[in-house]
Amino acid sequence: MKIALDLKSWNTRGLIFVGVVMLALLFAGPEVFDLFVLLKVILFVSTAMLALSMGFIWGFGGILCFGQSAFFGIGGYAYAIGVINMGESTVPILLSVLVPAAFAMLLGYFMFYGRLSDIYLAVVTLAVTLIFYAFIRSTSGEEYVIGNARLMGFNGISSIPVFNWPGFPNSPLWPDDIFYVATTLLILVYFGLRILLRSHFGRVVVAIKENETRAEYLGYDVRFYKMIAFSIGAGIAGLAGCLFVSFNNFINPDVFALGLAAQIIMWVLIGGVGTLVGPMLGSLALQMLYNWLGTQTFASFLNTYLVFGAIILIFVLAVPQGLQPTARLLALRFLPFTRPPEEKARGGGDD
Amino acid sequence: MDTVALLIIEVLNGISSLALTCAGLAIIFGMMRVINFAHGEFMMLGGYTTVVATNAGVNIWISMLILSPLVVGIIGIISERLLIRFFYGRLVDTLIATWGLSLLLIGIVTAIFGNYITGVSAPLGNFALGQYQLSIYRLVLIGLAVLLFVGIYFVFTRTRLGLIARGTMQNPDQAAVLGISPPRVYMITFGIGAALTGLAGGLLAPISQIIPTVGFTYVAQAFITVITGGTGAITGTIVASGIFGTVRQLVTYETTPIIGGVVLLIVAVVLLRLLPQGITGKIFRRSL
Repeated sequence: MKIALDLKSWNTRGLIFVGVVMLALLFAGPEVFDLFVLLKVILFVSTAMLALSMGFIWGFGGILCFGQSAFFGIGGYAYAIGVINMGESTVPILLSVLVPAAFAMLLGYFMFYGRLSDIYLAVVTLAVTLIFYAFIRSTSGEEYVIGNARLMGFNGISSIPVFNWPGFPNSPLWPDDIFYVATTLLILVYFGLRILLRSHFGRVVVAIKENETRAEYLGYDVRFYKMIAFSIGAGIAGLAGCLFVSFNNFINPDVFALGLAAQIIMWVLIGGVGTLVGPMLGSLALQMLYNWLGTQTFASFLNTYLVFGAIILIFVLAVPQGLQPTARLLALRFLPFTRPPEEKARGGGDD
Repeated sequence: MDTVALLIIEVLNGISSLALTCAGLAIIFGMMRVINFAHGEFMMLGGYTTVVATNAGVNIWISMLILSPLVVGIIGIISERLLIRFFYGRLVDTLIATWGLSLLLIGIVTAIFGNYITGVSAPLGNFALGQYQLSIYRLVLIGLAVLLFVGIYFVFTRTRLGLIARGTMQNPDQAAVLGISPPRVYMITFGIGAALTGLAGGLLAPISQIIPTVGFTYVAQAFITVITGGTGAITGTIVASGIFGTVRQLVTYETTPIIGGVVLLIVAVVLLRLLPQGITGKIFRRSL
């Protein structure tokens, strides 16, 4: 597989490059962007984190989860319900990571210890997110209350408080601060995953993806490692959901709907399976395309499904590796240097 | 007494509609091992064919029993030729490719018909069961589901075509040595599976609402049922439909359809934990 290429060439220069770009975004962000763009960027940061979680479990864990949006939504709802009940955001942020991670652990126990193969896993996870969608949509009645928070069914929960400074429930964060928090979290998650992948645990997870049987013969409990990796991915997705919700002040069951579930797969597919920067760029590219299509009159007959379906088919038939590895291969092939600057300019870097 | 009879009919209905939903998938996924994530969309297309044809004045039985399978069978063969055949043997790629196909089909149907709910009314009217009014069509549907599975079983076990198909699935190289063209067999089998799916979509159209995204209500349950059925695709699907249909319908009767769906999923996940090879991995092992 092409993924091996990524493992062999662990490249510190590429990593530094990614770090510099992210830090530049972090510090320059509020200076360069006006408020409207800044709010959009915060949204991109939360979706980039979601893409990262999928890039990790699919590209490195070999777990093709069709319902990563379930964990995003659970994280979002956990934050919303928590913050409405507690009036304070620090614990709800933790909940938004822990609740989806715990749920993924439970689901993962049944799926991995039952040794479900890829296909069954995809079906079960997709079914889970669609069932959440149906269930939350049906909770508009008065009786669906958790503490002070009404679930409100398909209308969604609105006026969800934004983050506040830890310990100061009455001092909410301004958009600039939220941007700093979100971007810092994204950087931490990215490098956290990088460190995790270099650790013993990460290496075993990748080994299992490469050859499950051999990893098993070497004495590793494949089921356990997969379950934990799945759970970590779910926690990250939950954190992304939390960012998304606190920035929007709003959540509705559409986070569980098929559209998002499909997009997450596409981000990774477009960016490149087996990379981490690729999925983030994939999510950015796809959302910009989507926003742009929304403003074009010639595209009025196009709808989300048509565009998404066409993009998936084009990529799976013509660019199955995704953009980042393809850009990298092209650069390596046509440019005699091992790490030409052009490659970095395309967002390749090493990742 | 009436309530018990009603409940029995409801359960049989649940089983038969689930079995119909799964019939095409049992062949395409259960036997061919091709992951067709566009299964729900094939049903949706079958449903639209019936609705459009019936509204255009065609007899509803002709639309359901002939036009729907014909149209979807052709669409299935076109998809197989243009897309799916490139991915045989690569499960994950097939999964993503057919998922793309599924979204594309939803997109095309939305672009043509709009994102509205349509439907046709069920033929044959009602009959009275004590204090309840029941649709005769629902009883017919139970009979049709039984007939369909008997037919599939007969074709695959008693005819030359079925023998060739099963042989090719087991060992394509051996089949090729014996002068059979495996790509052709795959194409025809896929087409038959798609046609059955279209037939199911058409038959279920009068008792469900048709929107472009309706497929997703079918696809998860269909896959779960066929997977739980295990390697003996046809028998397994019937048994699994029996279990899940009963569970779903009884829970739905007590609570809501949504809770019914949730319970079906939980039962399926627990069942797969207990029987990872599916039902036919443990019992009915030598069945088809």
